[in-house]
Amino acid sequence: MTLATLDCNIDIHHVTRVEGHGSIRINVREGVVEEVKLSIVEANRFFESFTRGMRPDEIPWIVGRICGICCVGHQLAATKAVEASQGIEVSPQTVLLRKMLNQSQFLQSHILHVYFLAIPDFVGAPSVLPLVKTHPEVVKRALRLKKLANDYTAVLGGRTLHPMANTLKGWRRLPDQEAIAQLRQRLQDALPDLHETVAIVKTLNIPPFERETEFVSLKHPDEYALYDGEIYSSDTRATVPVADYRQVTNEFTVPHSTSRWSRWHRDSYAVGALARVNNNFAQLGPEARQVAHDLGLRVPCFNPYMNNCAQVVEIIHCAHDSLAMMTTLLENGLREEPIDHQPREGQGAGAVEVPRGILFHEYTFDRDGRCCDANAIIPTSQNVNNIEQDMKAFVPRMLPLMSEKELTLNMEMLLRAYDPCISCAVHLLDVSFVK
Amino acid sequence: MKPKVAFFDFASCEGCQLALLNCEEILLDLLTQVELVEFREALSETAPRYDIAFIEGSINREQDLLRLQDIRARSTFLVAMGACACNGNVQARANRIAPAENYRRVYGETDRNRVQTDPEFWPLWSHTRVRPVGEIVTVDFQLRGCPMVADEFLALVQSLLQGTIPHVPANAVCVECKMNENECVFDRGDTCMGQITWGGCHALCITQGYRCDGCRGLLPHANLEAHRALLREKGLSDTDIQHRYHLFGGTQTPFWEKSR
Ligand code: SF4
Ligand code: SF4
Ligand code: SF4
Repeated sequence: MTLATLDCNIDIHHVTRVEGHGSIRINVREGVVEEVKLSIVEANRFFESFTRGMRPDEIPWIVGRICGICCVGHQLAATKAVEASQGIEVSPQTVLLRKMLNQSQFLQSHILHVYFLAIPDFVGAPSVLPLVKTHPEVVKRALRLKKLANDYTAVLGGRTLHPMANTLKGWRRLPDQEAIAQLRQRLQDALPDLHETVAIVKTLNIPPFERETEFVSLKHPDEYALYDGEIYSSDTRATVPVADYRQVTNEFTVPHSTSRWSRWHRDSYAVGALARVNNNFAQLGPEARQVAHDLGLRVPCFNPYMNNCAQVVEIIHCAHDSLAMMTTLLENGLREEPIDHQPREGQGAGAVEVPRGILFHEYTFDRDGRCCDANAIIPTSQNVNNIEQDMKAFVPRMLPLMSEKELTLNMEMLLRAYDPCISCAVHLLDVSFVK
Repeated sequence: MKPKVAFFDFASCEGCQLALLNCEEILLDLLTQVELVEFREALSETAPRYDIAFIEGSINREQDLLRLQDIRARSTFLVAMGACACNGNVQARANRIAPAENYRRVYGETDRNRVQTDPEFWPLWSHTRVRPVGEIVTVDFQLRGCPMVADEFLALVQSLLQGTIPHVPANAVCVECKMNENECVFDRGDTCMGQITWGGCHALCITQGYRCDGCRGLLPHANLEAHRALLREKGLSDTDIQHRYHLFGGTQTPFWEKSR
């Protein structure tokens, strides 16, 4: 039975397998969709309020706690923002280490998402747990790869979650070169595992749904932008400086979500792996471009479910790029650099790409060098509006073709495809049909 | 029958749940010993009763309080997992600011007013005060730290599986710091919270070149007066000291600070 002739009320309360709490509500009356709402129901934590009073170097350390899975990204965006406010320039060594740290987080997060959150959907399993029995080699590979990525973060940052070795200007304690040499070897040895990942994702049945939208990401003239660059829109094909990020995000509030929403040139825009691959395809490494080709990801790609494929493309890109950076680091060696700093008055913004999309932080410090204003704009809060627009387009199109159950699953999958990180957007999803 | 284990998250970064997923080597083994019935980050399944419920995050709203009480009623053991659940963690700093002001700073004046006057907003938006789990329900065990330490998690689960009571020694971070033969942060000219902070993290931050900011919470009977005197001697003002105590201090703020 399809839903086309029914009155129904789908209420997905606390969508599982996303980080954070959210719900999807769909009302259909006599086969006509009256309402599609995506709610973020996470409790506020008020980081932008309670960071006031903190010293510049404390900010990145504390705001990493906005989100465990993006803690490195929050640290880096905050570090760049604080440095901009304090007039701090950093050395090429520091930039290299930060790029590596950031890519370690991409590997961690994308691997976790693809294996634990996305693959179960596509194979029709309620979670990764049944796969332990049915596909043990897949689960073991997932854990192996994740361990490697976690160790990568720990070697660079001091520990996997909320690393503390990195700070303003540079590193409190430089990573051990021997450990990096070992990591490089392990990463090299893991390439076959990564290509198995591509093989499994290639077999997944991606729903053929498309909706044209605006893609926003960083763009850099010389490289696939993950750590540095200006803000780029696929609509204008032009960039604006990071300092003008408020022109881009235009945040607004809706009653049904505790995260703020964003829009730029149209009703909504998308950030994340698919946005980056679309915007910066030519700068991906050759291996990653080959993987995109193998997975049928051709740009521009307007199928949000393809975000999972874009993540795999980025896994391959980051693996090869990281190998190259590790080689550079081992050839050049590491030098201790001074990280002392006298807090001063100032204001600055910073952005990095994190696995879920572009992330902005901005801080102002008063004459005593204490934080007096803070702002952070998280990828998920930029994406929620676009996800809801996707759902609004998807539901009426699929209503005549799908059962309640299929529609529910497809909505959840759509949301999960975006890899929403709701704890940072404040937190996203439950679906149930109430009649 | 295998014990039913469940994980719940409230206001948090979900880092502690990730810390658990990061136990790659033993995760599969652990799964053979317990039945994982709820774990929203990784599972879609739900269950009516739990032998061990792990709670991550602090309680910030009325509706969260009700959810927590419901979980408590259906659990044999309840474990506060991570600094957010144990003592409110960094977000408890927001308790020192009026909710209206918190909303104004984060969402702007207009939205603040909407949130406060439009009843449609209230169920999701009405924020009370950041509370640790133990302020609302009985907590059987605490896994301290931001994030919690995975080894402590495993030791706790093993001991509950064997029906024994886990032992967590109340020693300061300093003890573990000395065992690691770290140069004391005070000798480097910075200041440190290690003397009054629960150990168990192997003084990780100091070993990695930083100082201890006290994420594992205050030791019972910690000599705060002596610690404050030491910080003053190192040139910290009372405001600085208070600030340091409040970085990760959560809701366990010492009384003398409340009177200021
Ligand atoms: S204690 Fe720290 S790591 Fe754990 S959930 Fe809270 S903020 Fe995240
Ligand atoms: S560095 Fe901190 S924890 Fe270590 S001995 Fe000194 S005061 Fe104690
Ligand atoms: S050293 Fe201090 S701040 Fe670091 S983990 Fe241990 S208790 Fe927490």
